[in-house]
Amino acid sequence: MSGATVPDPAAPLTPSGNLRRRQLVSRAAELAATAAAVIAVGALAIVVYTVVARGAKAIDLDFVFTGYPTGVGPMLLGTLVIALVATVMAMPVGVLIALYLTEYSGARGSGALRLTLDLLNGLPSIILGLFVFALLVDHKQQSGFAGAVALAIIELPLIARGSQEVLLLVPKGLREASDALGVARWRSVLTVVLPTALGGIVTATVLAVARAAGETAPLILASSVFDPKHFSVNPFESMPNVPVWIYKLSEEGNPEGFTEAWGMSLLLVSFILFASLGARALLARSKRKLSS
Amino acid sequence: MTPPDQAVPSRVRIQTGAGATPAAVTGTTAAPAFQPELVFDARGVSISYGAKQALAGVDLGIRRGEITALIGPSGCGKTTFLRSLNRMNDSVPGFRIEGQILYHGHELYGGNVDRVEVRRRIGMVFQKPNPFPKSIYDNVAWAPRNLGLRRGLDERVEAALRGAALWEEVKDRLKDSALGLSGGQQQRLCIARAIAIEPDVLLLDEPASALDPIATGAIEALMHSLKGRFTIVIVTHNMQQAARVADRTAFFSLETGGAKPVGTLIEVGETNQIFAEPRDPRTRDYVTGRFG
Repeated sequence: MSGATVPDPAAPLTPSGNLRRRQLVSRAAELAATAAAVIAVGALAIVVYTVVARGAKAIDLDFVFTGYPTGVGPMLLGTLVIALVATVMAMPVGVLIALYLTEYSGARGSGALRLTLDLLNGLPSIILGLFVFALLVDHKQQSGFAGAVALAIIELPLIARGSQEVLLLVPKGLREASDALGVARWRSVLTVVLPTALGGIVTATVLAVARAAGETAPLILASSVFDPKHFSVNPFESMPNVPVWIYKLSEEGNPEGFTEAWGMSLLLVSFILFASLGARALLARSKRKLSS
Repeated sequence: MTPPDQAVPSRVRIQTGAGATPAAVTGTTAAPAFQPELVFDARGVSISYGAKQALAGVDLGIRRGEITALIGPSGCGKTTFLRSLNRMNDSVPGFRIEGQILYHGHELYGGNVDRVEVRRRIGMVFQKPNPFPKSIYDNVAWAPRNLGLRRGLDERVEAALRGAALWEEVKDRLKDSALGLSGGQQQRLCIARAIAIEPDVLLLDEPASALDPIATGAIEALMHSLKGRFTIVIVTHNMQQAARVADRTAFFSLETGGAKPVGTLIEVGETNQIFAEPRDPRTRDYVTGRFG
């Protein structure tokens, strides 16, 4: 029963050679990996628990629907408008980029473009904030629009890559079918490919919005001097918004302000969680539809 | 191997042609003794993908209003040849064609030829049914709509579905999704979709290979009824199918004489001649099942 040679076929089927040691190593690796997974889930659970525990008592109808000091309505509305403007700018461009990648570009062009998008996605948001500050704010004035431009740049690679993945799932047979009917490619794209992938494109967009809605750095530079008492929907002025207001309240060292900051954090986290979960459910549904 | 009704293919053609639709009579008036006009005339066609040569030296004429079957073992280039007839191979990376394919006397790969226009006239049905994820009605109406044939669309859709022997099964659920149809129904829908724009030629790439015998029978009956109205070229693995439906049969095989095996046309003739009295020993081996 020496470990290096072939075991005796007639020996009992108990571990032989170094099998016992290998089993221990395998067990340790499994434990470490499981622990890492638990840490990730635990981190999210702790953050969500803290936000809920400290923020829940701040939230009531006044908190959501009135201005400072009783509520944070203007900030919520402002964030909504900024995110909307950003998405209106980013979504068409992002979808067009995805179409270029899947329908028109060759292998070489698409590789370079995908790398560009990934680099753009990795840029620290403070740098985008500075860029937008220099471009649209410096020597002019802060505006919700400037903030939206920064958020649009953050959303763009997410929408483009997400849409590209769904467009790749559209069966090749559908494109062949429309090609074989003598219909121009752009009409096929518009009336067959895009509608088929629509669910996934919406998902990618929602995920991008969820990510962008909480970005703080660009908004500190672009839209941070505002009146928290009044609702504002004009994107060409500095607009109240959630992330900057959380930042300000946290800096003040006022206990009531802290509670409000946690309350807004809870609203923001809930929005991001529900948007992400909803978007993923939608994506799973449209993937099932595509693969059937 | 050869069914008795194939003994006189010309008679079969005229019978089914006259029985199907009045329009069907026109294409089949020429007696088989004459040389009917060639729809396709391939001269010395060689096709390669990158460094790999798929097909060499094919001379093949396709006659108007007839069904021509392309048979042969896997990898012999018959599908490659079929897809070169409506330029579906153009989008395959590294595709190169030498020689000449004339379509009604026009150079198919000529400099001023538009691919979209080619496919407008030469429709194709694929191996795997590939209906659009739209309603049954919209599947058939899609190409006419996009090609500006909006007048009398309902009648056009009905005629196409009747032509594809599907109308009775779907007339009460035209608004239902095409993905809810059975495989055989989906394939007949794809044929309806192809004939809705009244092409000149139908290319069928193993249209029944994904279907059960009953659905296969329906497709074959359908082909008989379409004969005469359209020139049909069908690729099939199934020799009995070729014997049942085709007026003429072309046998492709791998030429193993050179350094690498290359697909080529071995023999073409009336279907009953190919199956009953093949001239080439390789054809005889294949149709009698002695292919190695």
